[in-house]
Amino acid sequence: MTLQDLINQLKLKPLTGSQFERVSPTAGYASDLLSCVMAGAQKGAVWVTLQAHTNIVAVAALLEMSAVIITEGAQPDAATLDKARQEGITLLSTDKPTFEVVGRLWEMGLR
Amino acid sequence: MSATFDPRRVMTDQDVKTISRVEELSYELKIRDVMTARVHTVTPQMQIVEVLDLFREKRISGAPVVEGAQMIGLISLEDLIRAMRRGNGHARVSEYMTTDVITVRDFEPVVTGLEVFARTGVGRLPVLDEHGRLAGILTKGDITSGTLRALHEDFQAEEVRRYRASHLFEDIVSDRTSLILRYWIKPRDFQHGGQASSDIKRALLRLGADAQLARRCGIAVYEAEMNLIIHTTNGGIIKVEIEPGQIKMSAVDDGPGIPDVELAQRPGWSTATEEVREMGFGAGMGLKNIERCVDKMTLESTVGAGTRLTMKIHLQPRQGFNGASVSHSERATA
Repeated sequence: MTLQDLINQLKLKPLTGSQFERVSPTAGYASDLLSCVMAGAQKGAVWVTLQAHTNIVAVAALLEMSAVIITEGAQPDAATLDKARQEGITLLSTDKPTFEVVGRLWEMGLR
Repeated sequence: MSATFDPRRVMTDQDVKTISRVEELSYELKIRDVMTARVHTVTPQMQIVEVLDLFREKRISGAPVVEGAQMIGLISLEDLIRAMRRGNGHARVSEYMTTDVITVRDFEPVVTGLEVFARTGVGRLPVLDEHGRLAGILTKGDITSGTLRALHEDFQAEEVRRYRASHLFEDIVSDRTSLILRYWIKPRDFQHGGQASSDIKRALLRLGADAQLARRCGIAVYEAEMNLIIHTTNGGIIKVEIEPGQIKMSAVDDGPGIPDVELAQRPGWSTATEEVREMGFGAGMGLKNIERCVDKMTLESTVGAGTRLTMKIHLQPRQGFNGASVSHSERATA
């Protein structure tokens, strides 16, 4: 399963990143508390959150995540997008709530 | 939005957000950087059969037609076939060449060449210099190999930096060598939150630390960095002291200080404001996270004077900072 598959199936809108078919997420994590994410998320994970500010990029970069899915239509500002491009972090956006996104990811086999 | 690059399309803001290094290079690299400068040219007086021999010998499929210093046309294998089919092998080049030649300038970016190729469907483009003289010839193959070369150079430059840094502790001899990195953290500077930890992680990887160690340091410093941003009056200083056998990190500020250090370390306890919590901070797990990542953590604080958090990681011989101990796979994934 690649990021491109996730994007297609969940109709996610890519905000940053490219070559999604080359990235295969290996785990998932959902939380809006950054320290929880720091403690719990694995390398290569897809992180589902409704946080959309700059620091999600720092967290995702430190943990070397494969993508961040921003839920509920939250829109990162330009500085966040810049930072994400700089750090090579893939940000994906959706109007769906976190619960639904996580459910779909689980159904698709992400554990 | 797609990963493939179509130069015919107008770039939208959305596209700009997803530019890859290769696409960036197509703007950075100039046509002169990738073109073939040594061009085989023909004259308008040459016979078609002579050109055919030249093409066969040099394994080329087209050549600019030059008179004096001026390029007056282009002749391709297709033109030659056209002449031969009519049995005109002894005709002059000038009769069969294309005079309406599309050219590019050597100072233009590679992306311009890509655009012209896409728009016109031609296979090669003569390249003119600023004075309008023939400077070379450009094919799509030139662009591909030029871009790959540039990517390879990027990659090598990083490898060299990493190699040099990873031998630092071997190359410099003293009774006790340490490298100290300092970062000034400003209060409420959420915009740059995580910058110091990200820089530190990268520095450790360049020094040859294994990925797991760099990650532990990164997480510990991130939490300390965010604490300085969220809680301090005037910000603070993060210091990382790297030695072959250990890494010592500290975050020091001058206030306001923590009234109850024990309480501050209790998981779930936080004094962060509602506003900061809304951003996802203040879970009361920061210090717990740090404790988990380092071998020894000490928190000292005096209200009104400031706080000093020190963290220490002991390095196993395998993780230590000398280039030889770092395996290649680790360096590649780092």
